[in-house]
Amino acid sequence: MTQPVLNQYDVVKYSRIYSLGAARGDLTVTNDEIAGPIDSSDEWIRQRTGIITRKRASVDRSLMDMAVEASNEAIKKAGIDPAEIGAVIFSTITHPFQTPSAATLLAEKIGANPAPAYDVSAACAGYCYGIAQADALVRSGMAKYVLVVGGEKLSDFIEPTDRSISFLLGDGAGAAIVGPSDFPGISPTVWGSDGSHWDAVSMTGSLIDFRDGKTTWPTLKQEGQTVFRWAVWEMAKTAKKALEVAGVQAEDLTALVTHQANIRIIDELAKQLKLPESVVIARDIVTSGNTSAASIPLAMHALLESGEVKSGGLALQIGFGAGLAFGAQVVVLP
Amino acid sequence: MAFSQDEVLAGLAEIVNDETGIATASVQLDKSFTDDLDIDSISMMTIVVNAEDKFGVKIPDEEVKNLITVGDAVSFIVSAQG
Repeated sequence: MTQPVLNQYDVVKYSRIYSLGAARGDLTVTNDEIAGPIDSSDEWIRQRTGIITRKRASVDRSLMDMAVEASNEAIKKAGIDPAEIGAVIFSTITHPFQTPSAATLLAEKIGANPAPAYDVSAACAGYCYGIAQADALVRSGMAKYVLVVGGEKLSDFIEPTDRSISFLLGDGAGAAIVGPSDFPGISPTVWGSDGSHWDAVSMTGSLIDFRDGKTTWPTLKQEGQTVFRWAVWEMAKTAKKALEVAGVQAEDLTALVTHQANIRIIDELAKQLKLPESVVIARDIVTSGNTSAASIPLAMHALLESGEVKSGGLALQIGFGAGLAFGAQVVVLP
Repeated sequence: MAFSQDEVLAGLAEIVNDETGIATASVQLDKSFTDDLDIDSISMMTIVVNAEDKFGVKIPDEEVKNLITVGDAVSFIVSAQG
């Protein structure tokens, strides 16, 4: 008896981002509103972070609400039927349930049921991790279209008196549809992690310690100087590597869309990359704050909506944060 | 070739000037980075990384908090040259 030959997926040569969607918190929070508990001022916060206002979501606006809104926009703009979505990847660190995942509920709410759906926990690198996986799923033939969402309601995990990170943070969700393409639309991804700095961006305690009364409600914290050094000088190497593997030069870029961590990181990173003035640098942090996994799609969406960049140009996107985890790729703007 | 204390001070003053605009003459051994020169933690890290490049030394993150004065930084760099 002859053993039958297995079927395997037919590979697809190229993938690209079809569209983006964005949803932000409904509240505009000024520096003056949060400066008191950290004994600070509007001027100090602007100077240190570049943030003038950040968007936060009210109690009635959930992480899922923002994810659904962003996803529906991306699906509509892509012109696809949500039933054709072959996978839903939700990058988040603020889904308030250990299980089930946020992604399965999102898939149900947007009409993508029964697509495989799962969450990614890679913090501020989460969107780039999601795009890397979507690219692989589409090109391997495992999924025709993949919905990638980076979404956070960080305001549920902040401490008003924390001077390390809480005052930077905002809420929002960004969504992308990735699908097959006639041309290369997503470069190889340069990604990785460095668990030797596991504590550099982390929580003030575990949920178990909170249950046992050993800690207050766990909130985010960071070692600012360590993160700054890594985010600028190590990520500059990652960004250069991403350009190299993409086969493009800095001057070929239309935009640099980094994780919106802090304007000082963004500006210093751009300086290290020696970008020509023609490259638009995303600075959505000024009005949105740092939204972790949501910040790159939100910033790219804002550049496209304002007309500062046009569809078809090349953007280097780079996410970096807790883990430490990082990911970068060059994409064709949708 | 090892840098002398005066050379490290002069080089560090240039780095501080590049990052903050503070006159090189103001960068003296007894000056505190935060209290006298008003250098914030992020600018301090930029200065540290540039000093590492310029003098070929490693200044670990946990050491940076011990560098209170310009003199602390100069001493650390001079001795770290090995």
